[in-house]
Amino acid sequence: MKMPFAGAIDCDLHPAVPDVAALMPYLDAFWREHLAERYIDKSPFTLASYAPQLPQSVRRDWRPQKGLPGADLEALRSQALDAFGTRLAVANVLHGAVALFNADMAAALCTAINKSLAREWLDREPRLRASIVVPPQDADLAVAEIERCAPDRRFVQVLLLVMGDRPLGHRTYWPIYRAAEKHGLAIGVHAGSTFRHAPTGSGWPSYHLEDSVLQATAFEDTLVSFLAEGVFQKFPGTKLVLMESGFTWLPTLLWRTNRSWRGVRTEVPWIDRPPADIVRDHVRFTLQPLDVPDADVLHRVMDHVRSDELILFSTDYPHWQFEGDDVLPEGLSDAMLRKILIDNPLATYPRLGAAATADQTRAAMREELPP
Amino acid sequence: MNKPVTERQVRTAQKLGFVDCDIHPMQRSPKDLYPYLEQRWREHIENFGGHLCQGLAAQLPFPRMLANGQRADAYPANGGPPGCDLELMQRQHLDLNGCATGMMICLSRGGMEERNLEFGAALAHAVNDWQIHDWVAKDRRLKAGIVVPQEYPEFAAREIDARAAENAAFRQVIVSPRSIEPLGRRKYWPIYEAAARNNLVLGLHPAGNPNGHPSSGTGWGTYYMQEHYTFGTSMIGNVVSLISEGVFERFPGLKVAMIESGFSWAPSLGWRMDKQWQRMRKETPHLKRPPSEYLRAHFWFCTQPMEEPENPADIHDILGWIGWDRLMFSSDYPHWDYDDPGFALNFKMTEAQHAAIMRDNATALYRLS
Repeated sequence: MKMPFAGAIDCDLHPAVPDVAALMPYLDAFWREHLAERYIDKSPFTLASYAPQLPQSVRRDWRPQKGLPGADLEALRSQALDAFGTRLAVANVLHGAVALFNADMAAALCTAINKSLAREWLDREPRLRASIVVPPQDADLAVAEIERCAPDRRFVQVLLLVMGDRPLGHRTYWPIYRAAEKHGLAIGVHAGSTFRHAPTGSGWPSYHLEDSVLQATAFEDTLVSFLAEGVFQKFPGTKLVLMESGFTWLPTLLWRTNRSWRGVRTEVPWIDRPPADIVRDHVRFTLQPLDVPDADVLHRVMDHVRSDELILFSTDYPHWQFEGDDVLPEGLSDAMLRKILIDNPLATYPRLGAAATADQTRAAMREELPP
Repeated sequence: MNKPVTERQVRTAQKLGFVDCDIHPMQRSPKDLYPYLEQRWREHIENFGGHLCQGLAAQLPFPRMLANGQRADAYPANGGPPGCDLELMQRQHLDLNGCATGMMICLSRGGMEERNLEFGAALAHAVNDWQIHDWVAKDRRLKAGIVVPQEYPEFAAREIDARAAENAAFRQVIVSPRSIEPLGRRKYWPIYEAAARNNLVLGLHPAGNPNGHPSSGTGWGTYYMQEHYTFGTSMIGNVVSLISEGVFERFPGLKVAMIESGFSWAPSLGWRMDKQWQRMRKETPHLKRPPSEYLRAHFWFCTQPMEEPENPADIHDILGWIGWDRLMFSSDYPHWDYDDPGFALNFKMTEAQHAAIMRDNATALYRLS
C-alpha cells in the first residue's frame, strides 16, 4: 500500500560513493599518493553483493542514466524522501572498504567516506541521518572512527556487514559495541558479504539467486552469535538493527533458541532468560525486503513474534524491493503503521529525537573541513 | 474436528505402530567394520585413519553438551557408545515405545566426509554391509539407508544400484550435507539419478564434521549453541542449491527427507526464494516454476528436535503452510536431545493428523507397508 501519512522515518537507504576519486579530498596526502601510485585511485571499491548490474542493487525505474545508483542527492531526495513524505532517513553507505584485507587502507577509506557523507549529504539534506562506516578488520581502528564521528549527532548508528571475518557476536568486535553503547549509537548489521566464507556450510553456490536468498541464514546465525556470546548482557544498552535481513525467519529463531537454551545453558550461563525475550528487548528489523506472499501471512508472522515493536520502516532505496509507491505491505492497522513508521524508529535510535543542525554539529566537532 | 490429544491418547496412539525416521546405530569400535573391509583398509585405519578437515583427531570441534551428545542412560553396561547395542535399543526404545519401523541413519565411519575417495568408498560399502548383517537381519523393524561418499559420485551410483537390487530394506540414500560443494551442483547428479532410478528417497541429516567449511556464511562460531542452530541454516543452503540448480526439473521423481533439520523455516524460505526469483529469474531459466513449488513438492521434514512455538497453537500455521502430509516423526535415539514419541507432539490435532505425522507420511514416502 501507499504511505498513509507524512513524517515516516526511513531506517535504511543507500547513498553511494561513486568511486574512490570522489573520496580524494577527504584522504590525507599519504593515501592520495598511495592509491594513485597503485592505479586504484579511480577504482570503484564496490561490494560484490551490490554490484550495480545486479537486479537487487537498483529498482529498474530508479536506475540512473549514468553513475552508480544512489550517487545523486537530487534523485534520492525526489525518489526516496519527497515521494514518501519522509521526515528522517538513516543513510547506510555500502562500500567495498570493509572487504579489503588491509585494515589501514580500509580505515583510511572509512574515515573519508564518513567525512564525505557528513559534508556532501548530511550538510545538504537536513532529513538525512547516517551510520558510521567502520573497518571491521580491526576493532581498534573501528573504535577510533566511532570516537571521531560520535560528536556529530547526525550519526545514529555503526554499520557492519552480516558476513565478514567471523560471527559478529565474537569478542573481537566487543570494543565496537562498547563504544557504540557509550555514545548511544545503535549497531546496524546490513546484508552483504565480504566473501571470507562460503554462504553455506557446504561451500560456494552457483547463482546470485542463492547468494541473495542465503543472506537471511547469515542474519540468523549472526543473531545466534550475539545471543550465545552474551553481547546483550555485556553491553545492556545495545540496540541491534538487522537491515535488509527479512524477518519471516524470526519465529523459527525464537522457538529454536528458546528450546536449545534449555539444553545448552551451562555452556552460555550469561544467557539469564529465554533468548526470545532478549531478542524482543534488543533487536530490530528493517521492513524491506518483506518476504511474505500476502497480508494474512504477515499477520500470522507478526503474531508468532509476539511484539509490535520489532519492525522499523525502510525503503531500502535504491535497492529493488517494491514497485511504484507501494512501499508498505497491505493489511496493517493504523496503530501498527504508526509503530513501524515512527514510534519504533524513535525508540531504537536515541539520537533521532534530538534535532541536530549542521551548524551545531560543526561547532561540536571543531573539525577542519576539507578544501 | 480438532480435539486435544492427551497424554493417555498419545500413549494409545503409539499402538498404531509409529515410524521413527531417525535412529542412529553405531559401531562398538571400528573393528565392527573389519569383516566387511579388505585387509588394505583395515591396515589403513590402523596406520593412518581418516583424513578429515578438522582440528581434533578423535572428537568433534564443537563438543556436544551432555554425555558426548548422547542419552547418558543409553551407554551399554558392557561398554561401547550408545547405539552399538541392539538389545538395549530394543529395550529402551523400539519395544518400550512400540516402534513399528525405524529408519537407521549411519552418521560416522561412513566415509561421507573422507577426503581419500577410495577409503571413503570402502567405508561406505562396509557400513552398508554392516547395517544389513548386524542390524536388519536381527530386527526386521529396522530399515537401512545406503551410505555413499558424495564426493565420489561414480562409486556412489554403482553402490546405490547394487544395494537397491540386493535388499529391499534399503529405503533411502544417505549423503553428507557437509559436502565440498553445495549438493545441487552437477557433480552430484549421478547420485540423484541413481536414487531416482531406484525409487529411493534422498535423506539429509546434519553432520558433526564440518568438512572444511564453517557451518555458517558468517564464519566459525564459538559455542555449540551456535553450531546446533546451523543444523537448520546450513541445511537450508543445500535446499536452496538443490532447487536453484534445477535438480528437480532433471529428476522429477526425486524426493528428499530433511532429517533433524527443523521445518518451521520452510515457509519463510519459500516466500523469500519466490520473491528473489521473481526479479532474478533470467539467471536460472531452467527453473520452470516458482522455487517454493519445488520445496512443497519434493521435500519432507522430520519432527526432532520438535519445534515449540511460544504459543503452541502457532504450530498449526506452520503445518498448514508446509502441509500436514510432509512432517514425519523422528526420535533421534540415542542422542541427548531425543524426543519421546509419547510427548514430543505437544499440541492439539485430530487423530488423522496425529497418525499422519507418527506413521502415515513416512509409510507413504518410504513405501513401507
